[in-house]
Amino acid sequence: MGDVVIRAENLGKKYMIGHEAENGRYVALRDVLTHNARSIWHKTRDLLQRRPITPGANLEEVWALRDVNFEIRRGEVVGIIGRNGAGKSTLLKILSRITEPTEGRARIRGRVASLLEVGTGFHPELTGRENIFLNGAILGMRKVEISKKFDEIVAFAEVETFLDVPVKRFSSGMYMRLAFAVAAYLEPEILLVDEVLAVGDASFQKKCLGKMDRVARQEGRTVFFVSHNMAAVSSLCSKAIALQHGLVVFPLGDTTSAVQQYLSAAVDVAKTNLALRKDRYGEGKITIIDFGLYDRQGCRQDFVVSGQDVEFRLYYRCREKHRAQNIVAAISIHSLTSGFVTMLTNHAASEPFPSLGPEGFISCRVPRLPLGPGEYTVNVAIHQTDVQQDWVGEAATISVQEGDFFGTGRLPPAERRGIFLDQIWSTGSDRLVVDQREP
Amino acid sequence: MQTADIGRDEIVIEPGRTEKNYWADLWRYRELFLILAWRDIAVRYKQTIIGVAWAILRPFLTMVVFTAIFGRIAGLPTDGGAPYPLMVFAAMLPWSLFSTALGDASNSLIGNERLISKVYFPRLIIPIATVITAFVDFLISFVILLALMFFYRFPPGLNILLLPAFILQALLASLGPGLWITALNVKYRDFRYVIPFVVQFGLYVSPVGFSSAVIPGDWRLLYSLNPLVGVIDGFRWCILGAGSPLYWPGFVLSVAVVAFFLWLGVSRFRKMENTFADLI
Repeated sequence: MGDVVIRAENLGKKYMIGHEAENGRYVALRDVLTHNARSIWHKTRDLLQRRPITPGANLEEVWALRDVNFEIRRGEVVGIIGRNGAGKSTLLKILSRITEPTEGRARIRGRVASLLEVGTGFHPELTGRENIFLNGAILGMRKVEISKKFDEIVAFAEVETFLDVPVKRFSSGMYMRLAFAVAAYLEPEILLVDEVLAVGDASFQKKCLGKMDRVARQEGRTVFFVSHNMAAVSSLCSKAIALQHGLVVFPLGDTTSAVQQYLSAAVDVAKTNLALRKDRYGEGKITIIDFGLYDRQGCRQDFVVSGQDVEFRLYYRCREKHRAQNIVAAISIHSLTSGFVTMLTNHAASEPFPSLGPEGFISCRVPRLPLGPGEYTVNVAIHQTDVQQDWVGEAATISVQEGDFFGTGRLPPAERRGIFLDQIWSTGSDRLVVDQREP
Repeated sequence: MQTADIGRDEIVIEPGRTEKNYWADLWRYRELFLILAWRDIAVRYKQTIIGVAWAILRPFLTMVVFTAIFGRIAGLPTDGGAPYPLMVFAAMLPWSLFSTALGDASNSLIGNERLISKVYFPRLIIPIATVITAFVDFLISFVILLALMFFYRFPPGLNILLLPAFILQALLASLGPGLWITALNVKYRDFRYVIPFVVQFGLYVSPVGFSSAVIPGDWRLLYSLNPLVGVIDGFRWCILGAGSPLYWPGFVLSVAVVAFFLWLGVSRFRKMENTFADLI
């Protein structure tokens, strides 16, 4: 295919995270003073020993990236997929020379441009025109180059009439379009892109994907593309790497296989016992200990069927054996392939539960489950009097099998399922009348 | 198949590696110096009423106040036959250049936090761009100086042709400590509070409101450890001519101090540069 343009050898990046001490109940001024004195002593000692100053007494070593190896050849379009926190952005930052690796080495041949954020360097007080030159220069374009491409950039962004207006007056859509337009006309040999397509509306995303596709296919540049959007990755990238917790779980290879690996990894996390999960957020007075699917008879299920009468149960436990007051529960459902689907919550659909026992379950019944067949993960949360008590991401999976939702024995085509809506179809014989009034 | 652009060797990214390509990179990104300086200046006067007129008003008013305080009220003597306002202004010019450049450079990295964490370019460009901005302000004040000289009918001698050398010295004097402090500031935010204090203190210690001739002879060399002494004396010598003689030993010491701090600043900055994105 071509010579190697990016080679990563055992790349690793370690961060030292400082945890501020738990906001203890400092009753006495003496406690506050001793805490502060100790903190100053620690910082001075760190300063003298030339260690970086981190806030808080507890230091934790976090490896954002470890043992990452790959070789990318000229002209390849490679996707990097992984959950949030997998290390994707860190990898891009290292390859862009913004941050230094802690171990390992990367070799790059060719002019690199990184798009880690749209609108880097945009200043709100400057006009659209001024920002095009500013942003272009920051991204590495020469002034001559920018002037030459100026009209194309403006046309792509569709901001002709706003060129001389300060950017702070732009709508967020215009801002995104302009920012992406400048970056789209960079002409590097190697392009590193970090989820910039996640922002913006659907038509903007489509436009950006189209441009990226042209850049990759027609202009033959090497592209390194980080995204959550599996559809985009699958269509643009011939190869992909999957990262999880900073490690490579799927080395550079076929995109479809990488995507499958990523999806099944998401399912694995969700299979961990909910009560044992440590990565939860909230005050902690109430803990969610289990999530289950139940049928109409109250029997626990491993999977459900589209159109089935389903009950979701959140089993909970209160820490202090008090009663739980004013409880709001939420279950957000996410498709592994297409993202967020919907959120079930008694805050919207019903009323908060005024008082619950110290242990028990909260039940949400969906009479005719409208989810299309596929795999879904759920995030669960409990709030007490508007204070979040517990939140767990990817708490469990819901496996939905094909079911006769419409009662007709038929379903939409396999790739076009999504959510099923009750629908009533009919016809009429009136002809269309087009309004002929003068404008 | 190599295009002209990839004529150079591959870039190696490794912990602790000092970029051999760094200075070549600085040249490649040379336009960024001016663009960032332009950005700071353009933004300053947006949405103001009198706009650029502020650039002239500020030094002018400072000069008036100084003349009133140090000249009339404190009654400090002037050099040779030069009018007092001229003597003060000739010193205020490099002083403002120095203090603005130092102050802005010291905060430049923190102020450009988003750039540092999202884009690559040699970070040295950021503080240098702020020094360029300060230089532009200086040029405007210089025009006022010329107007002042015209007003007092005090023609400059030939010495004024040497002024660019002293301007350069003032710029480098601010760049050295500025680079060091801005790098330190990223790690230890205390330093942003140090600079205003140092600048305040320096204003009274440096020969701005008075001439360095009032310093007793024995102390003059020691006094010249303050790099600005050499710069300001030099400015006065160029502008006011023979009536304000240059104390040569002091000047040489001044140059040495500036060079030392410049070397210190650049080397410390380069050493810490790789960690900026992580700490900022």
